Amino acid sequence: MSSLYEEIRPEPASDVPVRRVTITLNGEKRVAEVEPRLLLAHLIRQGFRLTGTHTGCDTSNCGACTVLFDGKAIKSCTMLAVQADGHEVTTVEGLATASELHPVQEGFKDEHGLQCGFCTPGMMLAATALLRENPDPTEDEVRWALSGNLCRCTGYQNIVKSVLWAAKKLQSQSASAE
Amino acid sequence: MYPSRFSYEAPSSLDEAIDLLHAGGGEAKVLAGGQSLVPLLKLRFAAPEMLVDINNIASLRYLREDPDGSLHIGALCRHAELERSSILVAHQPTMAAAAPLIADPIVRNRGTLVGSLCHADPQGDWASVVTALGGRVVAQGPNGRRSIAVADFVSGPFQNVLAYDEIAVETVIPAAKGTAAGGYLKLERRVGDFATVGVAVAIETSGELVTRAGIALTGVGGSTIDAAEAGRTLVGKALTRDTIESAAELAAQAARPRTDHRGSADYKRHVVHTFVVRILTRITDATQKAA
Repeated sequence: MSSLYEEIRPEPASDVPVRRVTITLNGEKRVAEVEPRLLLAHLIRQGFRLTGTHTGCDTSNCGACTVLFDGKAIKSCTMLAVQADGHEVTTVEGLATASELHPVQEGFKDEHGLQCGFCTPGMMLAATALLRENPDPTEDEVRWALSGNLCRCTGYQNIVKSVLWAAKKLQSQSASAE
Repeated sequence: MYPSRFSYEAPSSLDEAIDLLHAGGGEAKVLAGGQSLVPLLKLRFAAPEMLVDINNIASLRYLREDPDGSLHIGALCRHAELERSSILVAHQPTMAAAAPLIADPIVRNRGTLVGSLCHADPQGDWASVVTALGGRVVAQGPNGRRSIAVADFVSGPFQNVLAYDEIAVETVIPAAKGTAAGGYLKLERRVGDFATVGVAVAIETSGELVTRAGIALTGVGGSTIDAAEAGRTLVGKALTRDTIESAAELAAQAARPRTDHRGSADYKRHVVHTFVVRILTRITDATQKAA
């Protein structure tokens, strides 16, 4: 970590004005004192120590930092932490329960949807947002929904298969629940 | 990358926001979707002393068609809402074509049309679309509201005519007097990249004749290009192979592209021509099919 990381950790120097934010993070109320310039991605990673959210390009291109903000996929490197005050944020750590993987995670496992894994959390959250809005997407719709997330290993084929796998699984779950 | 230090306010009313901007004396900046501003802060191209976050001002969150047919887009209307809007599909063909092409799906969840116009990036898609449609930006400041034609609103690359204590509160697209048709085509190397070339065409027809035509170009000059002459040549005429060709030729002449890593100037001019022909031909094909 560079010294600048240290400098704007969520516990900044005493002479810097901070704001108290309350965020519902993965269903749990969390409070932090942050400098206004702290980015949401850094609050999640350095402040709350949830390192599943990755920072890749840091220029809103790659989507590795994607989280759900009030249920919608957003790039957390392009939002200030203070803006999340009073809102719900879901990171990849919020997908699985203690005993079970989320169907999207299962899909990535089953269909080999990852190689190095760097883009995977962002991909899974973008996919989760898609499947909530459109439970039965076509392959084109999956590719479209993931077009803001870059992967440099897989060529996307297995990522798309993983999401389609998850869609089927979620459909059969909701059918058996009825 | 980290922004430099700033103070942050998130007022819940427009009046408070304007007061804050006024008190900021030109050192405060409005934060809406943040999809252009936050990267600028991180790159330290912008280093305002204060950010006035308008996301808590609920009265700016709307997309509405008035009884007179005009479309009103509030400062907090996100690209994604435009992309999913049935109003756009029914009445705004040029905007409906552009909405899914803005940035990428995740950026569209946050970014706003009004913010995109304020950012005034020569490669911004919405500025061309709103220019082709003859749209306006409504600004509100301590002395009230004023409405500015988008062509006058953008004063240069990344520059607009807002006073330091004014907020762009909405964009208005005037009602079409005839039957509205149009489209937006964009050439990009990959999703989320800046446009190599973008072309917006918005026409109104009465019977066979074009009654109004707007053509504007993205990414082929130092700012959004209003190819007004190309539009004018269509007015009073039917869309035929010849009239389409002359509009495309004039649009290509209006482009001021530069050779760069996205393509040569000649290539970009050629794409402008091709896109104008393609959009207008699709319109004639669709009308013939409907007839």
